[in-house]
Amino acid sequence: MLKSRFGGVIFQLIALVLAFGFVSLILISVDASPTQAFKNMFTGSFGSMRKFAEVLVAFVPLLLVTAGLLVTFSSGLWNIGVEGQVVLGAIGTTWVFRYFLDSDLPPALIITLAILGGMLMGALWAAIAGLLKVFGGVNEIFGGLGLNFVATALTIYLIFGPWKRPGVASMSGTVPFPAEFSLPLVENLRISPWALGIALIGIIIIYFLLQGTYFGLRLKAVGKNFRAAYLLGIPTWQYSMYAFLICGALAGAAGAMQVAAVYNRLIPAISSGYGYLGLMVAMLINYRAIWAVPVALFFAALNIGSIQLPILMKLDSSLSGILQGALVLFVLLAEGMRQKLARRV
Amino acid sequence: MSQEMIIIGLAGIFASAAPLIFAVVGETISERAGVINLSINGTILLSAMGGFAVAYTTNNIVLGFLAGMLIGALVSLIVAFSSITLHQSQVAVGFVLALTCRDLSYFLGNPYMGVPGPRLQAVPIPYLSELPILGQLFFRHDVITYLSFVTIIFAWIWIFRTRAGLMLQGIGEKPAAAYIRGANVNLMRYVYTIIGGALIGLAGPAFSLAIRAGWMGTISGLDGFGWIALAITIFGGWNPLRGAFGAYLFAFLQWLGLVLQPVLTQVPSQVLQVAPFPLMILTLLLVNIGNAEWVERTLAAMPESVRKVLAKLLRAMRTNPPAALGVPFERD
Repeated sequence: MLKSRFGGVIFQLIALVLAFGFVSLILISVDASPTQAFKNMFTGSFGSMRKFAEVLVAFVPLLLVTAGLLVTFSSGLWNIGVEGQVVLGAIGTTWVFRYFLDSDLPPALIITLAILGGMLMGALWAAIAGLLKVFGGVNEIFGGLGLNFVATALTIYLIFGPWKRPGVASMSGTVPFPAEFSLPLVENLRISPWALGIALIGIIIIYFLLQGTYFGLRLKAVGKNFRAAYLLGIPTWQYSMYAFLICGALAGAAGAMQVAAVYNRLIPAISSGYGYLGLMVAMLINYRAIWAVPVALFFAALNIGSIQLPILMKLDSSLSGILQGALVLFVLLAEGMRQKLARRV
Repeated sequence: MSQEMIIIGLAGIFASAAPLIFAVVGETISERAGVINLSINGTILLSAMGGFAVAYTTNNIVLGFLAGMLIGALVSLIVAFSSITLHQSQVAVGFVLALTCRDLSYFLGNPYMGVPGPRLQAVPIPYLSELPILGQLFFRHDVITYLSFVTIIFAWIWIFRTRAGLMLQGIGEKPAAAYIRGANVNLMRYVYTIIGGALIGLAGPAFSLAIRAGWMGTISGLDGFGWIALAITIFGGWNPLRGAFGAYLFAFLQWLGLVLQPVLTQVPSQVLQVAPFPLMILTLLLVNIGNAEWVERTLAAMPESVRKVLAKLLRAMRTNPPAALGVPFERD
């Protein structure tokens, strides 16, 4: 039973119960009602069409980031720099928008160029981490982390420096772009069907890339056993770089969506931590693309639902992060337990 | 700038680097035993919050420091259990803990935000503190800064000058050989990971009860220090002395950023605060590039005289991780 698929499901269910139990204990320790908190989080994300639209707004960048991370994870790389790649995507998109601010080109073309610009910048930022790893021997975790901090500083520098609002620069970001630079939204809601479509296309492409292509097969070979792949004649370092570029482009697209479909400007916290959250989603789904959509949607719902907590219960909204972290942690521990017991049997 | 100001600044660097010292030495010990504790950024935040909360509610500063160490030990126990016993990826578990502990610190620390609380006072050491310059630099600090000096020296002696330290190096380098020589590899890894975790947990209260008294949540500026400490551990080549040098260098750069602020007025303060990060990448590049294959090939193609000098330089900068770092050990 321990080795069967059914056994895996049982252990994951136990992990789920433990995670919710753990968070309940935390809530009880601060004299809050767990049922009340979970209920508020649920109605805060699914209670109305407007709220659900907000969930989808968070779902779009999260899904794009997860899609990208599936590629780097497949090639055995820990791309923690994905957060910075989202930020650079937003910067790239803002840059292109600013460049075409007074042009007569059709807005649709400008938006397309801006998104492509964001993807390019994300890919370039990922390429730096890749080059540091491949040619400099710098572990991608540390190269990526350092680049994340640099990316945030770059955003703030741009907002307070060259791209500052006329008069006063402020943490509220750059001057909003004209309305025609925004991806069209659903009437009365903040969600753009275009952004949603782009995110879904992203994950579908990655699913087929990893499942159905020779490229995906070789990428996974590099991830499973770098040395063996090299001896088999796979150009290993090139594949590592491809993985970084693809992930960076998708993370860049996530940043582009934040600018072109959500904020219509560059703000200091443009990435909203979706890069790190994407790493959690990718870990939780054990790097299987097919699960990316439901789990990313669930995590997005937790993020949006927790926004209600400070207002309704005077609790910090970081509760969603605790629940997300506990879920991943207990799933990892349960999987370890299952493997250990299976070894013993 | 007067000489007096420079000395005060340097003395401040020794004090403000204390948390980093604890974190770097703790991580060094853990990694020497073969276990990467990637949770360190979250651990520091959680122990900073928890240490402050305990010291505030009990009005006992010592209990605050102990609470911080306990939190660090508990988090590292999870890392140890999942990697040593369950053979799960240390990086994955550590990373999740890094994020979860951070969120826990913000959630549970909410009631303590901005509350004034106890703070460690400086204890000048008699006679020594009267020494010119040296007294000001080293002997007019609080207890926790003195403890950071002791920790560096003690850890260095332990790792490189004792039998137990030799075994510690063994379980991180060649666990199979250490096992044959009678070491209980996994038990020792547990012990060292937890000791290392407790030291990392000391870093939190060193912030919240000494340097910047109080808990400020997301705006405390604490977030990120753990990652820096991890990088400094690598920069330090898993040696407490070299690691301490890295921590002081980092604190110096931060101080320099503050000092230069009035001069570089057009650069926003947030930008100067991250200046150490590109430098961190650069130093990691310098200590690692000697391991890259293309460097060896390029060197081989160079004339003899140049090659010798360059190879020597690269070898001097280069650091190598313990060979069994991150690899679970199974006797069979």
